[in-house]
Amino acid sequence: MRLIRAFVILLALSGAMPLHSASAAQPQPQDEFVPLSEIPPEEQLPAAPMVIAAYAFVWVAVLVYVISLVKRLDRVEADLRALEHKDN
Amino acid sequence: MLRKAVVPVLGLSMVLFVAAPIIIHRAPYEATMGLVQKIFYFHVPAAILMLLLAITCGVLSAVFLFGKKQAADWWALATAELVVLFGSMAMVTGPLWGRKAWGVWWEWEPRLTSSLMLYMIFVAYLLLRRFGGPGAEKLAAGMALFGMANVPFVYISVNVWRTLHPKTTVIPNLVPPMAWPLWLCFTAFLLLALALLAMRVQLEEQRARVESLYLAAEED
Repeated sequence: MRLIRAFVILLALSGAMPLHSASAAQPQPQDEFVPLSEIPPEEQLPAAPMVIAAYAFVWVAVLVYVISLVKRLDRVEADLRALEHKDN
Repeated sequence: MLRKAVVPVLGLSMVLFVAAPIIIHRAPYEATMGLVQKIFYFHVPAAILMLLLAITCGVLSAVFLFGKKQAADWWALATAELVVLFGSMAMVTGPLWGRKAWGVWWEWEPRLTSSLMLYMIFVAYLLLRRFGGPGAEKLAAGMALFGMANVPFVYISVNVWRTLHPKTTVIPNLVPPMAWPLWLCFTAFLLLALALLAMRVQLEEQRARVESLYLAAEED
C-alpha cells in the first residue's frame, strides 16, 4: 500500500513538472497593439528585400507577358502568311 | 493608327519605368513604415488599373452581349488578360508590403478578400475562354459583368468596414513630394496598359482573319 502511494505521488510530481515548465516557457499573451519597431529583432524583417522583390516581380511579370504576346503574334502571323500563300 | 501608336507608347512607358526607381528613391520616407512604404508607388497604380480595366471589360462585355459587336469581345478578352496581369502585380506586391508593415502576409479582411475575389473572377474568365469550347465567349461575358459589379465593393470596402488596409482618402491627401512620383508611376502603368491592350487586340484581329481564311479554304 505504501509502495502504491509512493508511486502515485511520484507520478503526480513527474506529470506536474513538465506542465509547470511548459507554462513558464509560454510567452505572455498579448492584449494590445505593439508597434513593429518595438517587436524583438528576430521577428522583424528587413524592408529592402521586400521592396526589391516587389519591383522585380512587376518587371518580370511585364517581361513575361510581352514575350508571350510577341510569340503568339508571331505564330498567328506565320499562320496568316501560310494561308495567304496557299490561296495564291 | 492603333498599331503605329504601340511602339512609341510602349517606349515612353519603358522610359518612365526606368526613371521610376530613381524618382521613388528620392521621394521622402513615410514616418512610420519607412522604406517598405515605397512598394506603394507600384502597388497602387497596379491596383487602380486592375479596377479600371475590370470596369472596362464589363462595359465591353455588355456591348458584346447586348449590342452583338464582335470587336467588343476582342477588346474585352484583351482587357481581361490585363486585369489578371495588373491584378497579379497588386496581389503580390501587397502581401510583401503587408508582411513588413502589418506583420502578416495576408488577412481575410474586406479589401483583401474582395480584391482576391475580383482577381479570381477574371482568372476564371480567361480559363473559360481557353477551355470553355463553343459559346464560352457569352458565358465569359456574363462573368465579366459580375466582375465589374464587384469593383465598387472593392473600392468602398476600406471606408465602410474597419480594415487593416489604408483608406481611399490616403491618395488625395498625399504631400506633393510623394504624390507626383505616384502619378508618374501611374502614367507609366497606364501607357503600358494601353500599348499592351493594342497589341492584344491586334492578336485577336489576326486570329479572326486566320479563322475566316480557314473557313474560306474549306468552302472551296
